[in-house]
Amino acid sequence: MTEFTPLASLAGGMMIGVSAVLLMLWEGRIAGISGIASRLLPPYRDGAFLSRLGFVIGMIVAPFAAMTLTGNQVVQAVSSNFPLMIAAGLLVGFGSVWGSGCTSGHGVCGLSRLSPRSLVATVMFMATAFVTVFLVRHVIGG
Amino acid sequence: MSFLINLALGLLFGVGLVVSGMSDPAKVLNFLDFFGTWDPSLAFVMGGAVLVGFVGYRSVLARQKPIIGDRFYLPAKNDIDVHVLAGPAIFGIGWGLGGFCPGPALAGLGLGAAGTVAFIPAMITGMWAARLIDETLPRSSSD
Repeated sequence: MTEFTPLASLAGGMMIGVSAVLLMLWEGRIAGISGIASRLLPPYRDGAFLSRLGFVIGMIVAPFAAMTLTGNQVVQAVSSNFPLMIAAGLLVGFGSVWGSGCTSGHGVCGLSRLSPRSLVATVMFMATAFVTVFLVRHVIGG
Repeated sequence: MSFLINLALGLLFGVGLVVSGMSDPAKVLNFLDFFGTWDPSLAFVMGGAVLVGFVGYRSVLARQKPIIGDRFYLPAKNDIDVHVLAGPAIFGIGWGLGGFCPGPALAGLGLGAAGTVAFIPAMITGMWAARLIDETLPRSSSD
């Protein structure tokens, strides 16, 4: 069980939204993490490498900033099943880039722009994620 | 300058992930476990982000151009093709297995959990493979 946290989740979600809006205001780009991270790999087609590097470094530093600000430890339970996590990583990396976006690019930025393409993408990844968890927890694990 | 602005925005995005609980795979997997230990919190993360994004994008995109750069780089494609069906479908399976999507995985990297350390290089390999395929078999238009 995890605790239902509507207010903290709403506040955190709004921070994500503010970051995405300000990135659009500053340099006119979508705050899609799969796009930002994957374009740190070559080939480099535009001059935005340093911007993307800055964004990713900011994200990596974030939990330490959050701990300093709130005084609370960051609660995180990650599976230590290595083959599972490696398979998950390969699928997430490949699928998000091949599908031009992940939870942030399609889910947050795309839905905010009312993009039909992003709505289809979001419905697809939500659907396969629900089915995967159902199979793992209630069919295989159950 | 752009580096520092992006550093600050990445920090805000990452703190948002941590504060919202999205950086905890257990919370993500419980959100996805509708018929088990369902935790609806992540609907509020998405709701809050899209609410701010919808209102904010409207005013920002009413401008001629962003503060730096000559135009807004918005995805040009609008058709529903195999990429936007199969890509997210594959991504969703991985998300359901590990409870990590790219943002929370990166934001959690510094915490050093063994599963995260295994996940990140695999994710980068998957991203690299997708980009390689795109380089070899170019799409009709870029997005």
